[in-house]
Amino acid sequence: MRTLPRIVVTGLGAVTPAGRGVTDAWEGVLAGKAAAALDPALSDAGTPVTLACRVPEYDPDAELGRGTKRRLDRYTQLALLAAAEALADAGLVTPADGEPYGQGLDEDVRDRVGLLLGSGIGGAETWDSEYPNYLERGPARTSPLFIPKMLSNTAAGTIAIRSGARGPNMTVNTACAAGASAIHVARDLLRSGQADVMVAGGVEAGITGLSVSAFAQMGALTRNADPVTASRPFDAERDGFVMGEGAGIVVLEREEDARARSAEIFAYVTGAGASADAHHATAPPEDGAGAVLAMQRALADAEVDPAAIGHVNAHGTSTPLNDAAEARALRVVYGDAIDGVAVSSTKGVTGHLLGAAGAVEAVFAVQALRTGLVPPTAGTRTVDPAIDLDVVTDAPREAPVEAVMSNSFGFGGQNASLVFTR
Amino acid sequence: MNQDLLTTFTEILVEDFDIPAEEIAPEATFEALGLDSLDVVDLTLAVEERVGIKLEDEELEDVRTVGDAVNAADAKNVERQSEPAGSEA
Repeated sequence: MRTLPRIVVTGLGAVTPAGRGVTDAWEGVLAGKAAAALDPALSDAGTPVTLACRVPEYDPDAELGRGTKRRLDRYTQLALLAAAEALADAGLVTPADGEPYGQGLDEDVRDRVGLLLGSGIGGAETWDSEYPNYLERGPARTSPLFIPKMLSNTAAGTIAIRSGARGPNMTVNTACAAGASAIHVARDLLRSGQADVMVAGGVEAGITGLSVSAFAQMGALTRNADPVTASRPFDAERDGFVMGEGAGIVVLEREEDARARSAEIFAYVTGAGASADAHHATAPPEDGAGAVLAMQRALADAEVDPAAIGHVNAHGTSTPLNDAAEARALRVVYGDAIDGVAVSSTKGVTGHLLGAAGAVEAVFAVQALRTGLVPPTAGTRTVDPAIDLDVVTDAPREAPVEAVMSNSFGFGGQNASLVFTR
Repeated sequence: MNQDLLTTFTEILVEDFDIPAEEIAPEATFEALGLDSLDVVDLTLAVEERVGIKLEDEELEDVRTVGDAVNAADAKNVERQSEPAGSEA
């Protein structure tokens, strides 16, 4: 059998409620300070839930160029910022003042650099603002920018326009697993030689009146109004997630290519697994059987024993159903070895970034490998007695782990699990 | 050239499109100002909202500059005002 090339991470980018940029976001997550806050836009809209986790304020036109605010949905803006950071981190673009992509990629690599993004919704704010405009002012006053702003593949397309990347360019949607699924597919495109560099990750900017109202109607959002404990994954009193927004990006390449250009290697993408629950539109099966399959496939793909995994960045949304099912699934996959695994959910700080979650958490998984620190699960005070896991709470734990698993499970019963190693 | 309409176009380009006022002149092309065809349609919607004059696709075919657009809007305005009273009732 042909040996598959090893795929490495050589660049990271993160725009998250815990902080802008990987350094700030990671510090924010380690500090365990919940990013949830009363959202004025939601209060004004009168939504039943008004807590949300926003990325820190920024000026799109100043940072990304004139006309950005008008032409690009917020979700595309966040993806542009994160991808620019990751490409610069990988040494593939050189930012200039007011132009984070500088002159873009070098001409001789452009055909071999691809984009693989995940997004659950796409241009949510554009939908929310344009549909009332259509109803009130009529078809003849509909914005010609609606389609390009709203399409869920626009972020990946726009990053290509700005960077010059002409390799494979796709967007995958597995709802709240989309960011992880994108990394999975990008990894496989590199393995099969269809690109030399893949810029992969996820993005979401869905904190709108319509989305928040609808998630609240499903009972998915917490009714806890205390920002500090609203998102409390695995806690006995958890009652739903807090909406978050942001983008996470990783730059991936084959190890030999990265070494040939003397790029710093942050981690290996050793395993990726995907599965479907084939069970229910939004609820996981109680035994987490679909999650079990995704994790087992990721471990088999990585060719590592469960005992080799030192840390799991859990999906851990803070909903009663997800956290219970994920805990059961982890016990099934790892057996007794799970007792030696430090489990945390960074959603205690960031809230749930939906289609961006899997990618932002992949960035945190890589950071855990690089720094030897496992982040705490903010907001969690008393771990649910029914959840038999070593959940890291209160403070970061020093743990020089060699391998990390990151889980992501989407509505539709679509599951993704990634394994990163040092 | 209708100076009131030129002022309206200039205000919209500055406020909604973030274009520096010093770059805007009758002879400035939309291309040079960084507006593509979708942006120009977006601009016409903003003009309609302010002054009630809507330039249709076919009326934009030969429009390249800010001045072209102002003149096209002005021509339409004159046409509209010369219609018999009560036609808008």
